[in-house]
Amino acid sequence: MSLVTDKLTTKSLIETGELYSEMTEINRSLINISNFDFFYGEKQALFDVNMDIKEREVTAFIGPSGCGKSTLLRCINRMNDLIDVARIGSGKITVNGVDIYDDRVDTIELRKRVGMVFQKSNPFPKSIYENVVYGLRIQGISRKSKLDESVERCLKGAALWEEVKDRLDTSGLSLSGGQQQRLCIARALAVEPDILLMDEPCSALDPVATAKVEELIHTLKDRYTIVIVTHNMQQAARVSEKTAFFYLGKLIEMNATDQIFMSPEKEQTEAYISGRFG
Amino acid sequence: MVTKEMETLSPEALSLFGKPTKAKLIERVVFWGFRVGTYFVLACAASIFIDIFYKGGKTVFQSEYPFINVEFLTGSPQTLHVFEHDGASYELSDSDFRVFKEEAGVSIVSDTYAYSGGGIWPCIVGTVLLVVGSMAIALTLGILSAIFLSEYSKPGKVLNAVRLSILNLAGVPSIVFGIFGMGMFVLAFGWNVSLIAGWFTLAFMVLPIVISASEESMRAIPQGLRDASLALGASKWTAIRTNVLPYAMPGILTSSIIGVARVAGETAPIMFTAAYALRDQLPWQGLEHWYDFFFQGVMALPYHIYVVSAKIPQNEYTSRMQYGTAFVFLFIVAGITLISILLRIRMRKKYRW
Ligand SMILES: Nc1ncnc2c1ncn2[C@@H]1O[C@H](COP(=O)(O)OP(=O)(O)OP(=O)(O)O)[C@@H](O)[C@H]1O
Ligand SMILES: [Mg+2]
Repeated sequence: MSLVTDKLTTKSLIETGELYSEMTEINRSLINISNFDFFYGEKQALFDVNMDIKEREVTAFIGPSGCGKSTLLRCINRMNDLIDVARIGSGKITVNGVDIYDDRVDTIELRKRVGMVFQKSNPFPKSIYENVVYGLRIQGISRKSKLDESVERCLKGAALWEEVKDRLDTSGLSLSGGQQQRLCIARALAVEPDILLMDEPCSALDPVATAKVEELIHTLKDRYTIVIVTHNMQQAARVSEKTAFFYLGKLIEMNATDQIFMSPEKEQTEAYISGRFG
Repeated sequence: MVTKEMETLSPEALSLFGKPTKAKLIERVVFWGFRVGTYFVLACAASIFIDIFYKGGKTVFQSEYPFINVEFLTGSPQTLHVFEHDGASYELSDSDFRVFKEEAGVSIVSDTYAYSGGGIWPCIVGTVLLVVGSMAIALTLGILSAIFLSEYSKPGKVLNAVRLSILNLAGVPSIVFGIFGMGMFVLAFGWNVSLIAGWFTLAFMVLPIVISASEESMRAIPQGLRDASLALGASKWTAIRTNVLPYAMPGILTSSIIGVARVAGETAPIMFTAAYALRDQLPWQGLEHWYDFFFQGVMALPYHIYVVSAKIPQNEYTSRMQYGTAFVFLFIVAGITLISILLRIRMRKKYRW
């Protein structure tokens, strides 16, 4: 699977090592954002963002409402392409060394590799089974055994299997809010992404369901690189290795989570996490 | 009004019952206004239906076996001959009259009434063909443009202008569509008076309804479903096909129900484009090539009603025809509508969100 549609070009680019770099290093940087400016029409939403997101780590985005966390997240799988007025000012985002805003990049391939879980759980009005296999079906995969296997694996992966294994053909909408959100995670896992973007996945969930999703994030980070937006400081502290603090469209500070919460370098970070504004 | 149990209540509690105020009075008047208005409309509709069912029923049904007037439903319109022979009076349609004359072997003088004998089978066939064909065209074109308008086009002034013109088009009198269809399909395209010219004319007439209703129902689908499928690696079209269209379908069908009723009932658009006042052959008879099927005029129920009520001298025999045709017409429209409603219910059950 390649990010670049034009196979010939991709191949030659890989061979010449132009697009791929430091392939083998452990916990190498997987997503690199450099000098990134982003606009909605005339309004600038992101200012000169620079960050490195490491493979198989959980990175949390925190910051007051409207500071651009979701915007940056949606830039990583190009979901912002759907917004007419959205445009990139300057800078670039690379995933695995590939500039994802390169014209040759196929957004479909990109989104298969960079999965996304939304704030508002949005299962399809289909059966639980069909929800999970949706990503495979649209790729033309229809072998029953393959689909069955994937449903079991992904629902187990999303810690939902035990609760729903006897009613896979009931509607995804018949599940509770927390179960729906885990179903959305399972659905994202089915396309076997490398990266999972989660935009406030627990904001609509009660503490028990939240705990389940957090537990799930813990187990997922062995295999996936996770970026999670959250308004909940404790959650960021619990689940993430790295935390990035945004304020008014700027990345103020990014560091190891302990560091951010124990001894932040910047005044604004300190003020935000101690609850003095936000 | 103070009743017995109210006497035991405290003054504070009693005040809850309140006094007749102006607000209450207005409430009553308004309520009765709505009620009377509704009843009035219902009474009008009921009197129309009862009139048609009572008088039309006399034409469609009969007192002796097989209780249904088979000739009326399966025959073609013919001239009715009314005469007396051997002391008995007869009402026979043209073909029966000839046979009767043959057997009697004498010449019989009869009063003739055009269009008052035989049946309306060619009109039934024609109307069903017109409805099915034009709805197929209207739904195809309508859904395509609705998808484009709601999913692909960029919001802005142009789009608003397009939407507004579509809405305005819905209010254009059907005769205008009829004349447009004649100019465009019958004359310019050289299709003559034909089924296909009627299909397109009727389709264009209901397109505004179909487009705006389809667009409405597509825009009502939560954005989250589109986002979710795109995020799973669907192309835009795949997302629409799998997560917008199926759930918008019940709404689209609702619009088509309204469309069916209009298409079936309109006379003006087909008057110049598709309808024949009288045609002996059924649409599938006497075709030289298969495609001739599309290029033949047909009879149609609403046009037939128009012809028998406005184009020929009126008498008790034509009146029977009119009511019988109206009865059958209502029945067919109700039937097609019922099918759409059942389809919609089934879809709603399948995709509940
Ligand atoms: N589709 C859009 N069109 C125009 N402006 C937008 C759009 N989406 C977001 N914005 C603006 O961009 C800025 C950043 O928004 P964003 O949604 O990224 O914030 P956020 O940090 O995710 O906030 P929250 O915590 O409330 O979700 C806000 O000022 C917002 O008004
Ligand atoms: Mg947000």
